[in-house]
Amino acid sequence: MSNIPEDLSYTKEHEWVSGVEDGLTVTVGITAYAADALGDVVFVQLPEVGSIAEPGDSVGEVESTKSVSEIYTPVGGEIVDINQAIVDDPSLANSDPYGDGWMFRVRMEGDPEDLLSAEEYAALTSGES
Amino acid sequence: MSRPTPLRDVHEGLGATLTDFAGWRMPLRYGSESAEHKAVREAAGLFDLSHMGEIFVTGPQAAAALDYALVGHLSAVTPGRARYTMIVNERGGVLDDLIVYRLGDEEFMVVANASNYEKVGDELKNRAKSYDVVVEDRSQQYALIAIQGPRSQEILATLTDADLAGLKYYAGLPGLVDGRQALIARTGYTGEDGFELFVANQDAVPLWHTLMAAGEPHGLKPAGLSSRDTLRLEAGMPLYGNELSAELTPFDAGLGRVVKFDKPGDFVGRSALEAVKDDPPRRRLVGLVARGRRVPRHGYPVTKDGAVVGEVTSGAPSQTLGKPIALAYVDTGADSGLAVDIRGSHEPMDLVELPFYRRNK
Repeated sequence: MSNIPEDLSYTKEHEWVSGVEDGLTVTVGITAYAADALGDVVFVQLPEVGSIAEPGDSVGEVESTKSVSEIYTPVGGEIVDINQAIVDDPSLANSDPYGDGWMFRVRMEGDPEDLLSAEEYAALTSGES
Repeated sequence: MSRPTPLRDVHEGLGATLTDFAGWRMPLRYGSESAEHKAVREAAGLFDLSHMGEIFVTGPQAAAALDYALVGHLSAVTPGRARYTMIVNERGGVLDDLIVYRLGDEEFMVVANASNYEKVGDELKNRAKSYDVVVEDRSQQYALIAIQGPRSQEILATLTDADLAGLKYYAGLPGLVDGRQALIARTGYTGEDGFELFVANQDAVPLWHTLMAAGEPHGLKPAGLSSRDTLRLEAGMPLYGNELSAELTPFDAGLGRVVKFDKPGDFVGRSALEAVKDDPPRRRLVGLVARGRRVPRHGYPVTKDGAVVGEVTSGAPSQTLGKPIALAYVDTGADSGLAVDIRGSHEPMDLVELPFYRRNK
């Protein structure tokens, strides 16, 4: 059973989102479930700071030994920060997905896509595993 | 419903991530596949390869039957030795790549890939019809455990009196390992020294535990199919379904050396292969090393000046090189200025001689 922190929101694409409540800048990463499914992450490509994304846009990709998957932004707005540490050391996605393994920050404009609570995300992933 | 190996409970107990492969439920990795890969390069790894097929060919004409059925010269192999060889169709297309062990004057064991062993067994039975031999698929009775890596011999030596130091690469002998009857073979698919142990199904679990206990102080780790694939890729070894298929001859794959035209008599595929053996190959199998960090993968086009000149057959991040690597079929003459089209972006690649990795002997 993967770790799913109670205080975060989630997407069906296995991203986590924090900071939605204050409606300003949100932080996005991939979940422990996603990292476990990928295996050792070896490459992370993130969006450019200053770029503008719509909710649901593919803004980057995560590669592991066996596969590659896209990173989608669940909220629209300007990308205001990216985590250079995970670009330099992609294994942070496996070792600390909810902490040092965060990926990018978005200054939120408009409403986010349908987000899941921790409980809903747990139900989704238990159905998939 | 995929089939579990005799080691299913061991894998589940270790918390392995399991995957369906060629109809079998196999361990993909136990923890970090990078750590498993590293263990095999630097110490040793333990693999469950019980999905491989074991087909026994026995009888007075066993050697002659295999000379006819396969492209290799099996009658020239001395008992106790093994050969890498192939079975092809009448058109010369590769049906499988095989390791054939000569166990005695009249007994051979043909080891086939999990995805092909039923087809190989059927073909061998068919091709051996007019010979005085018995072809028997014993895949369901045998488990296969491989110990691979530079410390394999010292680990295995604690559990057997067999003469491991005298056992050459591509040789196999029957012996006792931890008191259990095994065929001990010095073969593998990782580019490292190592052994493959063919044992009866019921011996697999106790043997696994004994090997782990003996090996853990030496750095032995259980290793799954994910690391097996990156290890063989670094070693430049072909995988059936990726680099080899029925649409390609051994010559297309750069492995024409396994075809022994000078052996006596006819063999299946001889005339088709003789007709193409001197043809200049349209494409050849090469190694590519990425300059960037994005990974070329199976099926991606290889390009030069924007035009497609080949296709990636296998690709992965190489831990040993620290860069992504790939095997690819590339048009003869296209040696420089290559790129791989990675989801729309042409990423530059350098062509290198194979293998990517060669161990220090």
